[in-house]
Amino acid sequence: MSDIRYLAPHTLDDAIAQYAAADGAARILAGGTDLLVQMRSGVLKPSTIVDVKKVPELMAVEETADGGFRIGAAVSGAALEEHAKFGKVWPGVLEGLNLIGSTQVQGRASMGGNLCNGSPAGDSVPALVAAGVVATIKGPNGTREMKVEDVPAGPGKTNLKPGEILVSFTFPARPKGSSDAYLRMIPRTEMDIAVVGVGVSLTLDAGTCTAARVGLGAVAPTVLLVADAAKALIGSKLDDAAIEAAAAACSAACNPIDDKRGTIEYRTKVAGVLLKRATAIAAERAGRA
Amino acid sequence: MNDQSNKWIGKRTVRPDGADKVTGRAAYAADASMPGMIWGKVLRSPHPHAVIKSIDTSKAEALPGVKAVATAADFVDFPTDTPVPLGIQDMRWMSRNILAKEKVLFHGHPIAAVAAMSEEIAAEACALIEVEYDVLPFAIEIDDAIAKDAPILHDFIQFEGKPSNIAGTLEHTLGDVDAGFAEADVIVERSFTTKPVHQGYIETHACVVSVAPDDRTTIWSSSQGQFMVRAMTTFLTGIPQSKINAIPAEIGGGFGGKTIVYLEPVATILSKKSGRPVKMVMNREEVMRATGPTSGSKSTVKIGAKKDGTIVAGEGTFYLQAGCLPGSPIRGAAGCAFAPYDIKNVHSFGYDVVSNRSKVAAYRAPGAPIGAFAVESVLDEVAEKIGMDPLKLRLKNAAKEGTKAAHGPTFPRIGYVETLEAALNSDHYKTPLTGKFQGRGVASGFWFNAGGESSAQVNITEDGNVVVTTGHPDIGGSRASIANITAELLGIDYDQVSVQIGDTASVGYSNLTGGSRVLFASAMVVTESAAEVIEQLKGRAAKIWGIDPSQVVWEGGEARPMGEHSGNFPSMTLGELAAKANATGGPIGAGSQSNTVGAEGGFATHVCDVEVDVDLGIVRVLRYTCFQDVGRAIHPSYVEGQLQGGMAQGIGWAINEEYIYNKKGQVDNPGFLDYRMPVCSDLPMLDCGIIEIPNPKHPQGVRGVGEVPLVPGPAAVRNAVFDALGIRIDDLPLSPPTVLAAFDANSRQAAE
Ligand SMILES: Cc1cc2nc3c(=O)[nH]c(=O)nc-3n(C[C@H](O)[C@H](O)[C@H](O)COP(=O)(O)OP(=O)(O)OC[C@H]3O[C@@H](n4cnc5c(N)ncnc54)[C@H](O)[C@@H]3O)c2cc1C
Repeated sequence: MSDIRYLAPHTLDDAIAQYAAADGAARILAGGTDLLVQMRSGVLKPSTIVDVKKVPELMAVEETADGGFRIGAAVSGAALEEHAKFGKVWPGVLEGLNLIGSTQVQGRASMGGNLCNGSPAGDSVPALVAAGVVATIKGPNGTREMKVEDVPAGPGKTNLKPGEILVSFTFPARPKGSSDAYLRMIPRTEMDIAVVGVGVSLTLDAGTCTAARVGLGAVAPTVLLVADAAKALIGSKLDDAAIEAAAAACSAACNPIDDKRGTIEYRTKVAGVLLKRATAIAAERAGRA
Repeated sequence: MNDQSNKWIGKRTVRPDGADKVTGRAAYAADASMPGMIWGKVLRSPHPHAVIKSIDTSKAEALPGVKAVATAADFVDFPTDTPVPLGIQDMRWMSRNILAKEKVLFHGHPIAAVAAMSEEIAAEACALIEVEYDVLPFAIEIDDAIAKDAPILHDFIQFEGKPSNIAGTLEHTLGDVDAGFAEADVIVERSFTTKPVHQGYIETHACVVSVAPDDRTTIWSSSQGQFMVRAMTTFLTGIPQSKINAIPAEIGGGFGGKTIVYLEPVATILSKKSGRPVKMVMNREEVMRATGPTSGSKSTVKIGAKKDGTIVAGEGTFYLQAGCLPGSPIRGAAGCAFAPYDIKNVHSFGYDVVSNRSKVAAYRAPGAPIGAFAVESVLDEVAEKIGMDPLKLRLKNAAKEGTKAAHGPTFPRIGYVETLEAALNSDHYKTPLTGKFQGRGVASGFWFNAGGESSAQVNITEDGNVVVTTGHPDIGGSRASIANITAELLGIDYDQVSVQIGDTASVGYSNLTGGSRVLFASAMVVTESAAEVIEQLKGRAAKIWGIDPSQVVWEGGEARPMGEHSGNFPSMTLGELAAKANATGGPIGAGSQSNTVGAEGGFATHVCDVEVDVDLGIVRVLRYTCFQDVGRAIHPSYVEGQLQGGMAQGIGWAINEEYIYNKKGQVDNPGFLDYRMPVCSDLPMLDCGIIEIPNPKHPQGVRGVGEVPLVPGPAAVRNAVFDALGIRIDDLPLSPPTVLAAFDANSRQAAE
């Protein structure tokens, strides 16, 4: 039996110092909706917990000078939903985040926790990847930036170095005619884990797709950026042929496992189906944006 | 009986347990706590099948904070060659289920138990117990267990003269099926499989047990029968029943799964050895790995009918998983499957198959949904083949008063026909479907229902109110229903009646809450007790008035003089008589105990609409109605609750619930994330068509209600999916990958 040290620093520098000073078994606590569950089930036994919810940088929702957004890594889904503008610009990211859990879980669950938990099925991640978001990371050796798709290293693992904390997510400014969407396949209607998740972000100019990014979750060890799917969409009028090609690219990108949550065959097919549906939703939203 | 002048029977009175449950005041088993209490934990098998060569507990015992360690050697021995039945259980199997003896028989099988100052120390000590195993090959699925070269779980089980995993059979025969099939114009035969499904109660198993030095034992636990807990604890520990008081906690769901014990005898021995009260609480993973789901099955059903719809023969073979020890509900599968129909020639055969899974426990109408799934699916195809509406086919062959059922009885007045007529005439059935991949399915079901032992005490309090004590845990509304009946019988206000569930020391023996028996049985003994109380009240009034008791009536909650004395004395209320009780002969109250009979079978017909997302394979239920003969709806809200709960569980069984085993013989989805019961948003409003054909053998017309509503569900959903897609899927669950694969295979075939 060992006791757990709980720390709740008020500044980012203190958080980094305390996290780095603790031994390797220290853990960052954001909403705790993954961490506490894993501790309860005995999967994790941290010696020290560094709660980052009192650190302003991790809890801030800001619009950047160029018209983008910077969202603190520990901002909860419920808090972000209440922001007047964010959900209008990034409805797909918000719907991915807001799919996590139930009302109770929403009050705590964060995008930073969702990403750093390292699950390939994390619901906010495919839309973050599609959005082209950059993660700001700070550690004892300073600050660095990383594309969101580069943060996960495999199930339960990230590319953060020892002592590094994910601080915030920076969203680019959006041209007119842009929007996004996220869809997941779950056997139930809620309280479930994605068997496949697809995030699509695109820009339309007079009906032509001028920019697109596609994030694909739960079909490989990490969430994937599917460049071929985006390529198929860009330059098209999102006609059937383009969408079929993008769907085929998503199916081809799949490198899933057969497990209790779905077969390889099933996941591969569904990735294409969800690409089509998510693209249609994003396009419809972009038409209004 | 269906008297409109009823004041309380049939009324939606406020449930007495409601406020406590929603405010957290209700005390469940895990809420119990005692001074000096310590924690018990169980060491579980890492192997699905192995001989236990030795168990060394010395390191665990030496760990600071450990107060007791127990193994099977600390319990009463039940040799495998001498049956010791208790209800439908056998102590030979129960003893080996709570703690493994010669062998571990499934991954998660308890081997030893520790009591320590904290849960953490107990868990740490469990890890220090050294067990030497001889690991054996294992069989999980039925086909593996009945294969020629299958690993045999129990040498002492023989089938057809050889060691076998077939632990028992059951056969029902009526007429001559071969002759019947010879008359048929249409014969349909299909084979089906269903997966084991868990009861899914929210409250995990829990208990606190305190044993005094002289063996006087108090048990607080969550179960479907405090008397079952007492009896099994006595059998397994040797402590006489008179020394054990089993106190029923409020229960957070059971659905049959709490009709046996897992923890109580273990905690009793740990408490006896340590001299401390011991608390044990299972976590969800333990519940999913080691407590009973209901059986998985494989079955084949063949039905022959004439062109006019007359069913001439029915044949069924049902293999049910028992889990690791004998005792699957083959009686429910083989017995109920054909029961809704008047068929002259029936042959129904059940096999009880052991394999390296947790031992099954009862689950709402045990076995019956498995039988109904096969029979109702085949009937759907018979109806299609002869071009007849599936409800009309059932109506043409429906069992009714006088029908001889294959499992034995000749039915008295039953309400099956009425459920079919109600379904046929319903707005639901008459409303056309509109979408391309929408479909409608119907299915019916039967459950035996049960009576059995029940005891009750009705006491008038000194201030003129009423306390009723019964002996069955209330898991479906029995307290509210008994209060309705008592208020009605005594002619008093519902709020004057309080209903308690007594512990084993304060009320007479009452059988389990199971078999849909509780309201049937307890209403009978409460009715007898109330009648006796009324006699006493009339006697007290007669004494006060100085007239003969035969000259007093009890009416509207008052004693009134009648006949020649009519109007001579002012009537007396319950309160007035209670106030004078001591002067007129002492406390007023009466008890009754009996082995109740006359619980007649229950029938239901379900109508289900679905829509299939054919790109994802998702089946969504759009509309669902249960038409059920409930005898008499004493408390309609609770009856609806039973029906709706059954419908929800049937839909879950049909669509997503299943035990998934990995290659190592371990359950791969031991939690509610991957064991997918429906959540609220998965279901539409579940509609209830309550039909009341009073049971002629019951004072209030009660029939069991709680189990039938699960029976037709899986078949109704499956038949609806056929109607939507034109594909008959015979293996449950109809989960997205299964449905998508079936749809795509069918499309490919059509394209060729
Ligand atoms: C009932 C329930 C339902 C759920 N449903 C879903 C669902 O539908 N979809 C889904 O994707 N997830 C679901 N989850 C999982 C979980 O809620 C999400 O992954 C959530 O986003 C985690 O965020 P958090 O803030 O709670 O993370 P935490 O639990 O606080 O942290 C998660 C992990 O990330 C690390 N971490 C957190 N923040 C940082 C940081 N800033 N820097 C470095 N490391 C960090 C932690 O140390 C920990 O290892 C569910 C969980 C529950 C309990």
